Amino acid sequence: MGNAVEVTDLAKTYGELHAVDHIDFSVAAGEVFSFLGPNGAGKTTTTEILEGLRRASSGSVRVLGLDPWTDGGRLQRRIGVIPQDFHFFPRLTPREAIELYAGLFDVPARTSELLSQVGLTDKADAYYETLSGGQHRKVGLALALVNNPEVCFLDEPTTGLDPQARRQVWEVIEGLRREGRTVFLTTHYLEEAQQLSDRIAIIHHGRIIARGRPDDIIAQFGTGERLRVMSGPSMTEYLRSHIDLPVESSNGAVEVRLRSKEDALRVLQVVQSSGIAWQSFSTVQDTLEDVFIRLVGRLDEGAESDAAPRERK
Amino acid sequence: MNFKRVAVYFPAFAKGYIRNPLGLFFALVFPIILILIFGAVFSNVGSSQVPLAVQNLDHNSAASQEFLKALNATQAVQVSFVSPTVGNLSNYLAQNNLEAGLVIPAGFGAALANHTPVHLLVFTNPAASSSTGLVLGAVGGTVNGVNLELANGQPLLSFIPLNVGSQLYTYVDYLIPGLIGFSVLVSPMFSMVNVSSMWRRDNLFRQLSLTPLTRSEWLTAALLWYIFLSVISAFLLVGVGKFLFGAHVTITWLVVPFLIVGPMLFVSLGLLAGSVSKTPESAAVIGNIITFPMMFLSGTFFPVADFPPYLQNVAHVLPLYYVIQGLNDGILFNNAAGAFQNALITLIIAVVFFVLAVRLFRWRDE
Repeated sequence: MGNAVEVTDLAKTYGELHAVDHIDFSVAAGEVFSFLGPNGAGKTTTTEILEGLRRASSGSVRVLGLDPWTDGGRLQRRIGVIPQDFHFFPRLTPREAIELYAGLFDVPARTSELLSQVGLTDKADAYYETLSGGQHRKVGLALALVNNPEVCFLDEPTTGLDPQARRQVWEVIEGLRREGRTVFLTTHYLEEAQQLSDRIAIIHHGRIIARGRPDDIIAQFGTGERLRVMSGPSMTEYLRSHIDLPVESSNGAVEVRLRSKEDALRVLQVVQSSGIAWQSFSTVQDTLEDVFIRLVGRLDEGAESDAAPRERK
Repeated sequence: MNFKRVAVYFPAFAKGYIRNPLGLFFALVFPIILILIFGAVFSNVGSSQVPLAVQNLDHNSAASQEFLKALNATQAVQVSFVSPTVGNLSNYLAQNNLEAGLVIPAGFGAALANHTPVHLLVFTNPAASSSTGLVLGAVGGTVNGVNLELANGQPLLSFIPLNVGSQLYTYVDYLIPGLIGFSVLVSPMFSMVNVSSMWRRDNLFRQLSLTPLTRSEWLTAALLWYIFLSVISAFLLVGVGKFLFGAHVTITWLVVPFLIVGPMLFVSLGLLAGSVSKTPESAAVIGNIITFPMMFLSGTFFPVADFPPYLQNVAHVLPLYYVIQGLNDGILFNNAAGAFQNALITLIIAVVFFVLAVRLFRWRDE
């Protein structure tokens, strides 16, 4: 399958500010792609350029083979978008909103199907202004799906949702993937990105600092698997003198960084033969969030002079 | 331009408007309140019928009855009778806040029959110059008629110099086209200033730009809605004016261009004001700066002809002036030539603002 999104040497500047600094990436058709980064990294600017809401300063952007800025009219029939800070008309109801969109796109209104898909059936006839923040996002999600889009751009679709509503949105995203649609997702919840995405890219200060499958990124930038033994400081001392692997202690536990599965067996044998009391053991692995914080934090140290431009809202 | 999309979007725009009662209040109810207030306060000033309190101390004579009949026929005064027992009419007028009174002395009929001079007493309020003029003119005219009849022995009561009445335009007559102009100005202006700045702040235009709806389709739907409101408001104002105040107004085809081009002009101007301001607050200020002077200086509440000359010059540069002049031509004077001329001027101004608004009004940021 070809690429749904193709970004080459994309840059966006606001005067002196380089909001997006010459980035390249692509999103394959049918995959869930997460675009991650701290606030002000250039996430939303990039996303809005892909959606045709902003114009690129330079570089090339193709979504389904079309230029979103100049060919927006043709493209918008094939994509669905929840923009960041989604708002809708306060005195229209979700049902009216969906019917309006279906009319404008000239497609059949699958009103009750979409309402139940996003979990808004019981609020179908309530004015938008009376809905909660999470329900507002759900209206946005339903509207993004009205035209059966080939590519969905979901800019923080789960921000402000309670855990149950978030799971509902995840189900919608997984359903979109099953139907072969492409999803371009931005989120601040890294566990969500790790769980839902086929591939991710992390943008920081307008540049992409990591990309690939979530597991590969964790493997590449994480500290690897560790064996954690619940025991006291004497165990730490004992392991440091009997094992050639890095050993760290953290309140009531000793962690040994592993290079292979055999390392784990070796460490456990040493623990057993030490004669020191211990309670339990487990293996721990970095999550995407650990890696993200480490990556972004590392770049921010001593990078004050090269401060990232603020994203324009 | 896809008219099907305009038709799909129009009800959504209308619902958003109707479900906000404040907008409907200003568009339809407020002009009615204004006509009720201004109509009640000013309807006697310069109008054709001044209330005249008549104390007939000779009420058994046929001559006094005939004189009052003649006076009534002038249609300049509305006669009400005061009992001879109230005594001094001047005090009675002052106590009852009446501006004009007439005393027919006892022996009026007998004196006329004997050809001896007899004096009527006419009380007027010098501060109310227009009603004074009407009363004195009406009474004087009637007196002349009686004198002529007596001198020539022929009934000349129908020959009365002040045979006015229905040809005189009242204040309410001028107020109605003015208030239709007010509606045409205020409701598109205020709500477009509001819409164009608030929707931009709340990213609602961005949301619409994600659908196939285009800017010109959106603008067409909005324009149709304000034309619809203006037409309703025009019928309401003419109806209230006719039935409550007996105004001499008729809706003719000549008002049609003003109910279409007028909203187009002020929708564009409102959009322009909202588009050039950075925040909804500054947009509201700009909107008020444009709207309020125009509202008062274009002949909405008082005819421009009554303005001092320098203010008349100011009125001539305000677009609303031509809308109201044209509505006067259409509703009051049935003056096709005047209406066409004013419609043309309004159209030219509207096209200029429309083109500017379409150029400056953006849905997407660069």
